[in-house]
Amino acid sequence: MTAAAEGVPARRMTRARRNALLQSEPVQGFALISPTFLYALILLVLPILVVFAHSFWTQDYLTIDHTFTLENYRIALTEPIYRDLLWRSLYISLTVSFFTVILAYPIAYFISFHGGRHKSLWLFLITIPFWTSYLLRVMSWKVILGYNGVLNSGLMGLGIIDEPSTALLYNSSAVIITLTHAWAAFAILPIFVSLEKVDRTLVEAATDLGDGPLRSFLRVTLPLSVPGVISAALIVMIPTVGDYVTPKLVGGKDGVMIANAIQAQFGKASNWPLGAALSVTTMLVVSLMAGATVLIIRALQRLAR
Amino acid sequence: MPEPIQAERPQEDRTKSERAQSDRPMIEIRDVTRSYGAFKALDDATLTIREGEFFSLLGPSGCGKTTLLRMIAGFDNPTNGSISVGGQSMEGIPANRRPTNMVFQSYAIFPHLNVEQNVAYGLKRLKLGATEEKRRVEEALAQVSLIGLGKRLATELSGGQRQRVALARALVMRPKVLLLDEPLSALDKKLREQMQVELRRLQQAVGITFVLVTHDQYEALAMSDRIAVMFGGKIAQVASPKEIYQRPVNRQVADFLGGMNFVKAEIVEENAASLVVDTLGFGRVRTDKPKAFVRNGGGATLGIRPERLRVLWDNATAKFEVAGKVVERHYFGEITHLIVEIPGLEKPLSVTETNDFGADDIPVGTPIRLAYDPEALVAMAD
Repeated sequence: MTAAAEGVPARRMTRARRNALLQSEPVQGFALISPTFLYALILLVLPILVVFAHSFWTQDYLTIDHTFTLENYRIALTEPIYRDLLWRSLYISLTVSFFTVILAYPIAYFISFHGGRHKSLWLFLITIPFWTSYLLRVMSWKVILGYNGVLNSGLMGLGIIDEPSTALLYNSSAVIITLTHAWAAFAILPIFVSLEKVDRTLVEAATDLGDGPLRSFLRVTLPLSVPGVISAALIVMIPTVGDYVTPKLVGGKDGVMIANAIQAQFGKASNWPLGAALSVTTMLVVSLMAGATVLIIRALQRLAR
Repeated sequence: MPEPIQAERPQEDRTKSERAQSDRPMIEIRDVTRSYGAFKALDDATLTIREGEFFSLLGPSGCGKTTLLRMIAGFDNPTNGSISVGGQSMEGIPANRRPTNMVFQSYAIFPHLNVEQNVAYGLKRLKLGATEEKRRVEEALAQVSLIGLGKRLATELSGGQRQRVALARALVMRPKVLLLDEPLSALDKKLREQMQVELRRLQQAVGITFVLVTHDQYEALAMSDRIAVMFGGKIAQVASPKEIYQRPVNRQVADFLGGMNFVKAEIVEENAASLVVDTLGFGRVRTDKPKAFVRNGGGATLGIRPERLRVLWDNATAKFEVAGKVVERHYFGEITHLIVEIPGLEKPLSVTETNDFGADDIPVGTPIRLAYDPEALVAMAD
């Protein structure tokens, strides 16, 4: 009893100090982000460090030789096969992000400027394809683009072609078509958000100063929605470089991308260090490309003034 | 002996005196109605705004003043009726091809452009050539005292400066009509009063027809040549500031423009120009008959502004006076509001008195006499 009674003031004091600490803003901030932060640390940063470390080691049959070497990077950067795969991946992801943004912009514009009371309904409709699995959506493109697919039979039915075209499926164009469709919603949303933020009186002001609809769009709406265009381009570009499901399913041998090679190194080929070096190289190149894209779009924006 | 310098009493109203205005109409609004379903934002408005005039559309929010302004600008179209600007019908002419420019309430400064680029925005399309364009931009910036700020971004400007950029951007287009949508409402009081003076001066200098939308009666009174007072989509009165203030056509207009004491009256005699009425507090009064006066039975309403009632000190007398008792006193710095109960009047009179003679020290409950000029008692429709 007495011991408990004596313990009370001391405990009260530590509690007061603890409360003060808990109520300070930085602590509260850290507390708020800590679950996500820990999650990211364990599942993102640590694996990346592991991959990074592996890229400097060597696979020695079943064990890994931990002596430092740049041999993996030499192979990744000079072997024609990996160089070609990397270039193709960059080409495909750039093309995909270009077309996705071009196709997404009018949709986002329509919803934002002419959606009226039904904006949320339109956004909801756009998410409907995501109710099915990604694999199913890719497979359905196979049905559309295939030898006896919807497109071929349609074109033959119209008499435009005499025999089914094999140029539709199992090449990089098929990958581009499929990815462009798959990532459309991810591009529409950021563009929509940035268009929503464009003050409508600015468009009226442009009209008042003599601009027709096209001019006011090019001089006011488009430049002010550039942040959305940039994020849309990046959101599409960065993950598509590393996509390996789509090329595997619709790419055939002409549509193979760098991620398929990386997967092979970690899988069948069982050469983790080379796979790691390829991954790190890809990551760096993608970062450079993303940075360059941002700079180019910004430069275009300045030019438009 | 030199004659003492004396201010001459101005005889005429601002509509005629200050500047030679042509009587040519600039904007003609004929029977314009704008309905949204069953709701009429503007109901059969007819109005002529003259060339070179500073014209204000005054009214509470939702009275249709902004709707009318936007229809002149071309952002909205009349359901019925016609609008013409500079003798040309505006029907079917989109906003970007109208000879009007607008200063928006939010200023609508392009955030991605600097001050110069904002001002030059409309000129770009005219392809004036670099030197001429630069000259006109600088001229416009000088007109609104913004020289030297050309390279600033909109985000680096204060509210007053944004307002000036918006003005310069519209003026540089040399429009026939400048439309101003509550341009001063976002500024603080001091800056607002300064801008009122500047806007008026600017309008006099450039001679462009200004149409101002405002809900601030003092703003309208201070700047305008003429004012249209609007309520519920209808134009209640169009006249000079002085006429509107001194001879409001009805209680609503009188009430909207400052304080007004209303007194019930019985009509004794009515002819083309004047009315003779009996009131309880002020006795029998002869007054001018307002133009739009419509007799409704034997009653009418008289109004007198609080500042037209003067306190009679000590044994001073006046030809026309009423006696009562102070029931409330409110101090406002340079003036005091007294609420005075007059036997026979259903509502006490409100009196505004300057504090020079100690109106702020009159104790509540004091018997008091008030002098008035019978001409200040105006008859109006209910």
